[in-house]
Amino acid sequence: MTARVARLRRLAVPYALELPAGAWVVLFFVVPLVAILSVSLMTGNSIDGYTLTWHFDVYPSVVDTYSTQFARSFYYGLASTAIALVVMYPVAYWIAFHGGRHKSTLLLVILLPFFVSFVIRILTWQFILADEGVILGSLKDIGLLPSGFHVLSTPGAVIAGLTYDALPFMALPIYVALENIDRSHIEAAADLYASRRQQFLRVVLPLSAPGIYAGILLVAITNIGDYVSAAILGGPGTLMIGNIIQTQYVQNADYPTASALALILMVALLAGMYLYARAFGTRTIQEYV
Amino acid sequence: MSAGTGVLGARPAAGPRRLRRFILPGYVIAVIAYTLIPIAVMVLYSFNRAPSGRLTFAWNGFTLDYYRHPFDIPDLTSALVHSLEIATLSTLIATALGVPAALALARYRFRGRGLSDLVILADIAAPSVVVGASLLGFFVYLGVPRGFATILIAHVAFNVAFVVVVVQARVKDLDESLVEAAQDLGANPVVAFWRVTFPLIFPGILAAALLAFALSIDDFIITSFVAGQTLTFPLWVYGAVKVGIPPQVFVMGTLIFLTGVAIAIANVIVQRRRPAPTT
Repeated sequence: MTARVARLRRLAVPYALELPAGAWVVLFFVVPLVAILSVSLMTGNSIDGYTLTWHFDVYPSVVDTYSTQFARSFYYGLASTAIALVVMYPVAYWIAFHGGRHKSTLLLVILLPFFVSFVIRILTWQFILADEGVILGSLKDIGLLPSGFHVLSTPGAVIAGLTYDALPFMALPIYVALENIDRSHIEAAADLYASRRQQFLRVVLPLSAPGIYAGILLVAITNIGDYVSAAILGGPGTLMIGNIIQTQYVQNADYPTASALALILMVALLAGMYLYARAFGTRTIQEYV
Repeated sequence: MSAGTGVLGARPAAGPRRLRRFILPGYVIAVIAYTLIPIAVMVLYSFNRAPSGRLTFAWNGFTLDYYRHPFDIPDLTSALVHSLEIATLSTLIATALGVPAALALARYRFRGRGLSDLVILADIAAPSVVVGASLLGFFVYLGVPRGFATILIAHVAFNVAFVVVVVQARVKDLDESLVEAAQDLGANPVVAFWRVTFPLIFPGILAAALLAFALSIDDFIITSFVAGQTLTFPLWVYGAVKVGIPPQVFVMGTLIFLTGVAIAIANVIVQRRRPAPTT
């Protein structure tokens, strides 16, 4: 009898330990995600309130209205991810293999932007890229640029903001993957007369793939869903789907439209992640965050 | 081949060697310099004179005034206070909830563990717009008024996932036999936890708490959905973009930056005092 009680108690322990955190996450993350499906199917208006009418027509209608912003979000998000990957891979590589004594210092320097508030990080680019700012203003004064030239409000400015924000997120997992490579594999390749190019392409690059995978995943999801870069550095022609969701939800109180858009974005990203995992591997990003 | 330490060999070749010695390091320095530009701009403009109270893009002369009066704008100060309160509370709650869950996930095999891992991963990876939008929909649906409490709830919901992941990694590195030894010597599970497990995983808990605090104080997107009329520091700054940024924003940004860096360095020292679990 007491043995059975003890056994039951031991079985219950992990659940008891997990319950408080699990309940919080289920209630305030999982349930809301499911609940927006029903919110999206409501009709009504912000003054009289909304009622659930199973209004599935909202989906084709919002896709039709906002397909440009969806496409733009994926374009900006993926372009900034690709640029961040190309820019940061050599940096992570150099720190991992040639950083020597200064590895941790260099890593801290790469991560310094994290310590600047996210909104301020984007905001400073507005100061840097402004028409009358330090760079463009000076170039215009000495006549190197026409006075009508501007960078803010262009897609380039938004992508630059998104890319900047992605740099540390991209560098960190790639660095961890490179750092974990067993150096003897590279020596073995060299002993077998692999050229440096082959050593890199056939050994280092494949072994760092999990880091690349994690970096792309982290950055792409964040950037496709971002709206701060577009709001601060962009203009009316660079609105992303996040801007639309935010405006519809918070300013217009059009909950069904905003919920439908959020749900479509979520499903599109999940589908993308699934295809991506099928194509490039199934490692989780969990070991890198 | 070079013995042991030779990374990528030491075979001399004129072209790649020059690449390795000059071009690549030069490139790394250039990228690092680029990433530091916004930090420099923030610090620089915190010293820029702003006669109208709002910063212009032009340089109006050096002043220390805003460091003497960083709290002159009451709304901004109260927003910063909200941010600090929410960050502190959400860190405490998320750590209290997350540590036991991390222990359960790292130490026990039980039904639903895979699902828990998946939900936690989704919580970390889900785009903030979707998380924020769905939470707002949920609160509106239930008729919960938005404000301080809803921001706190949202911050705990994402911080818990990060705490679980960070602490779990530390618990997995823990030598289980130490805990067993304590129990063999007559310690009950509670005593064994506080006397053995807790001190050993403390650096992990500390790192998790610092991460949670940083994520909370920095969060903009999720907060922007669930804040109602309550403003946090990032929300106040975002709202000020259209009307002009007072220099105090960059003063506070600089102070937050310096504090963060100091704490990060202190944390590295704390983590180093203990032997590294691997290698």
